Amino acid sequence: MALKDRMSGNEAVAYALKQINPDVFPAFPITPSTEIPQNFATYVSNGEVDTEFITVESEHSSMSAAVAASAAGARALTATSSCGLAYMFEPLYLASSDRLPLVLAVVNRALTGPININCDHSDSMGVRESGWIQLYAENNQEAYDNMLQAYRISEHPEVRLPLMVCQDGFITSHAVENIELLETEDVRNFVGEYEPEHFLLNKNESYALGSYGTSDYYMEAKRAQAEAMLKVPEVVQAVADEFAKLSGRQYGFFEEYRMEDADRVMVVMGSAAGTAKDAVDMLRDKGEKVGLLKLRLFRPFPAKELASALSGCKAVAVLDRAESYTNHGGPLGADVMAALFRARSQAYAVNYIYGLGGRDFRTDDAERVFAELQTVLDNGDAGETYRYLGVRG
Amino acid sequence: MAGRMNGIGPDVRWQGITEGTAVFEGGNSREFNTGEWATVQPVFHADKCKQCLLCVPVCPDSSIPVMDYKRMDFDFDHCKGCGICVKSCPFGAIEMEGVK
Repeated sequence: MALKDRMSGNEAVAYALKQINPDVFPAFPITPSTEIPQNFATYVSNGEVDTEFITVESEHSSMSAAVAASAAGARALTATSSCGLAYMFEPLYLASSDRLPLVLAVVNRALTGPININCDHSDSMGVRESGWIQLYAENNQEAYDNMLQAYRISEHPEVRLPLMVCQDGFITSHAVENIELLETEDVRNFVGEYEPEHFLLNKNESYALGSYGTSDYYMEAKRAQAEAMLKVPEVVQAVADEFAKLSGRQYGFFEEYRMEDADRVMVVMGSAAGTAKDAVDMLRDKGEKVGLLKLRLFRPFPAKELASALSGCKAVAVLDRAESYTNHGGPLGADVMAALFRARSQAYAVNYIYGLGGRDFRTDDAERVFAELQTVLDNGDAGETYRYLGVRG
Repeated sequence: MAGRMNGIGPDVRWQGITEGTAVFEGGNSREFNTGEWATVQPVFHADKCKQCLLCVPVCPDSSIPVMDYKRMDFDFDHCKGCGICVKSCPFGAIEMEGVK
């Protein structure tokens, strides 16, 4: 039975973790993710979880400890934001190359500089090639639901790769919204006990991880790692389908919102999708054929499925909450456009950089994007494909 | 570099790599001839050696074998040529180019 409550995104993730009751949680605070370990520490103090909670001296240490705990055979996680995620860069690659199931709660925040504590996606975009699975949430409900599905994906025998559950700093992490929670017993039955096949604390097996891979082996090792990533989409969908039976909420690689017969489509990740849906509704009321595709699974990138979903539209705007400094757009734009190219799409595609450092994204911003897509269609020319949205100038 | 672990050698295809490049057996550093890394290696003069064995524990690569309380010649398959043993010898029984 579902329980109605009201929670911030951080509270929702901490509550999901309480229900999961993981084995090890090394933590180091950084705004805006601090509340996740802070709230979880209360559960530890109250004896509501059995988790070993380790206060460490840095994010390099929190990720290193989480990697080691997973290698030892524990269900582990940590949480971070922004520069904290950047400081984990090195051990992130250990988790993925050692094929260790692990979860990282990312609360997206701009990278320095200028120094800024507010939302954008530059932190998790900066580690998009680290071999981690990345899921993005629109609101606190999705952050909660993604966390409940995270271990099932990460620990799947065909996968065994670490996973980031991302949500937007302050916009969802600190905003209190209504939420539907599952019963703890249902969560524990769904997530299940973690029983690793190989682990360092197994006294009956010789087992070493983190070996030196010379030039004779390194490339074969990376290709084998890539094979695990190829297995991820099928598992993500299977876990989502099972979760839908439990919760009534269906997830996939992305959400298609009013995409039927849409000729202009916006592709976006995170909380901006909620705002853009309002704009889509308003424009649909006026008879405009607009739609929205909200990406949930960014790594691995569901290129074929995304191109197929966009196959009926004439103009696409990809919104990036991070810069790439490629002089031709952001990271999401690059992946979406490559997917469209591979599918021989004839749609016009433009890329917007928006919402950096917590800059508001409002319904009139979304309406402006759709209006500019109409101009592209009217002109029969995409024009400049690398655009900024919501910047003075 | 020679050597096989988990039955895997440098001819392995990517499908044969263990998950996470895990190693499922111990004591396999012996299989890897790190002596190939050395550009120079020490020379042992048995006639000057008093068998004090001061050199044995300072070797970082366990490349000075001991049998019946006496050191043998170097294990050149694994000696990386660091020269530390040269400094430890009070009798000038170990020489190496570039180390006084």
